[in-house]
Amino acid sequence: MYAIEAQGLVKQFDGFRAVDGVNLKVPMGSIFGVLGPNGAGKTTMLRTLLGIIDPDEGVRTLLGSDRPITQSRNVGYLPEERGLYQSMRAVDTIAFMGALRGLSLKEGKEKGRALLEEAGLGYAADRQIRQLSKGMAQTVQLMGTIVHDPKLIVLDEPFSGLDALNQAKLEKMIRAQAAKGVTVIFSTHVIAHAERLCERIAIIAKGKISFDGLVSEARDRLRPQVHLETETLDGVWRKALPADTRAEGNWWHFTLPESGVEPLLTALVEGKAGIKSLSIERPGLHDAFVAIAGESVAAEMDEPVAGETL
Amino acid sequence: MKEIFRAAMVIARRDFTAIIYSKAFIFFLLGPFFPVLVGIAAGNLGGQIAREAAQPVVGLAMVQSDSERLLKARETLALNMGESYFTQMKIVGDPARVGAKNPQDYLKKKEDNLSVVVTGSLEDPIVTGTKRAVERESAGIELLAAYAQNPSAMKLPEAKADFVAETANNDKQLRTVTAQGGQILVFFLTMLLAGMVLSNLVEEKSNKIIEILAASIPMESVFLGKLFAMLGMALLGIFVWTAVGGIGLQVAQGIPNFPTPAVGWPIFITLCFTYFIMAYLMLGALFLGIGAMAATVREVQTISMPVTMAQLINFFFASYALTKTGQPVEQFAAIFPFSSPFAMIGRAALEPNLWHHAVAIVGQILFAILLLRLGVVLFKRNVMKSGNAGRIKDAGKRKLFGLITVRG
Repeated sequence: MYAIEAQGLVKQFDGFRAVDGVNLKVPMGSIFGVLGPNGAGKTTMLRTLLGIIDPDEGVRTLLGSDRPITQSRNVGYLPEERGLYQSMRAVDTIAFMGALRGLSLKEGKEKGRALLEEAGLGYAADRQIRQLSKGMAQTVQLMGTIVHDPKLIVLDEPFSGLDALNQAKLEKMIRAQAAKGVTVIFSTHVIAHAERLCERIAIIAKGKISFDGLVSEARDRLRPQVHLETETLDGVWRKALPADTRAEGNWWHFTLPESGVEPLLTALVEGKAGIKSLSIERPGLHDAFVAIAGESVAAEMDEPVAGETL
Repeated sequence: MKEIFRAAMVIARRDFTAIIYSKAFIFFLLGPFFPVLVGIAAGNLGGQIAREAAQPVVGLAMVQSDSERLLKARETLALNMGESYFTQMKIVGDPARVGAKNPQDYLKKKEDNLSVVVTGSLEDPIVTGTKRAVERESAGIELLAAYAQNPSAMKLPEAKADFVAETANNDKQLRTVTAQGGQILVFFLTMLLAGMVLSNLVEEKSNKIIEILAASIPMESVFLGKLFAMLGMALLGIFVWTAVGGIGLQVAQGIPNFPTPAVGWPIFITLCFTYFIMAYLMLGALFLGIGAMAATVREVQTISMPVTMAQLINFFFASYALTKTGQPVEQFAAIFPFSSPFAMIGRAALEPNLWHHAVAIVGQILFAILLLRLGVVLFKRNVMKSGNAGRIKDAGKRKLFGLITVRG
């Protein structure tokens, strides 16, 4: 069973296709990253999947239901645009968000206090939101997203606006939730987060999904890169180097041939190339992203937005 | 349905608590007292001005005996008919030189403040003044002149009083007063609260909570919860205002004596209360729909003004229809959803039929649900856009209220 399934999803605003024929499958219990530059359609896609807005075309199911709102009790959602009632106390905010998802206020308060204690914010439980720092308020909202023990957590740009310490805490929380079997989907325009956390990713640009699969599958779309340093510059061994080899002094850079590294090593040794060093580098997600989404889209990625710490 | 109401109650509880703990709630409670205080102050001031302003006087420029008999006649008849029935009178000029002066000359003297001057004789009085003043004073002067000529012939017998509560003759007229009272009360309460619902939704949009709500519960619950919260606040307000008003009237010993409505007081009050809720729900749902369409507070302010004016016209229409019971205009006012609550309050005061009200209330509920659904659809269509959505293709264009494309 999939936590989310979408087929041919389209959402238009005034003729502009913000989501353009999206097909997506998010397996239960996975950490799933939605990667794409700002304005790629990530937020609109998540909102459509969650039923906040209805698609113009296509079908989607959320935890098996084609009416996402009916699964509200099993879903936690942290929107990109953070918003809280400024005069509400931190613990009441968490309880309120839990109550929206079916939790009783009493239980919400109890669990809210426990979550705040766990996050080291127990002392701020009775403070009004306006008295908290931005990072603390964001943590409170995150607590409100998980207070009702959802089966699926959807986080839209969750790392945005957090300092490095809080980003690490958030990564830890995401891993902890996944360890409990909760499906976590988050959108980001920072590839490093997706690379560290996700098993599966979807790459979205201009409203279209250009890749949906395992992170390893994305990386495997590119052959590993070989970096070779030799003592000699010429010899019969050079015939064994692939056609795409790029030379830099004594260094030779090329894509690992389909035949693997062993025939190459044999040729180098027999040809007395004098191997000083040889490394095989598996492509990172960034390289895979560039290959899949294209240079122009990749250039928009990893650029920190105003107020964001990477 | 159960889930919609459960979620609506979560919203209602949050909003209600937030409102009653805010400083603004004190102003809400005090709000209706300001116009009352201003009204009392203005009334007193007006009364003072009226008292202090020079009252018109009828000048008597007849032979002295006629003038004196006329004054005596006024004094006598005023005892029976009331002092206010006759304008004050005074002798002007020199009675010994009657006719020496033109009556218009007396009218020019500002200090006498004469409205008309009576010359001639009791048998043939001549009233000089502006057309309006002459028409107003002539009948009284004629009556006094007739009495002055032969007081014994016009002996007024003393009528014995035999009071009844109401008569068929004045029932409708008096009940119209009751209907108008009910309409005005419901109208002002509705306008006050519907505006507050709108502000509340706009605040929610500006503090970005709305997306969390929209993702967690059906939008119908959000709208319904907000309406319920304001309704709860309204009921609390009505309770406070009624209590304070009741105490005030007790102290002033001035409980107004409104005519009994056709359906009786208990049902009339219940119906007024129900129609208030209906009018509030419909207008509130309409305002929520507007709030849903508008992207900014400025847009909301721009559109809420004409809607308020339209509601005012609607209220005047329902008031006008009061005097046209059973006629097409009144039937239309009773059917048209926005004027229906007011028109039906009128009917409750004037007609004893109750089944009309059952039909009207069901119709109004259905219309409120329709408006609410429309608001939700508009909200989903126009509000939840993010990033570049809608901006790339129509670069340089904007949609006013999500409907009208404008450049810039």
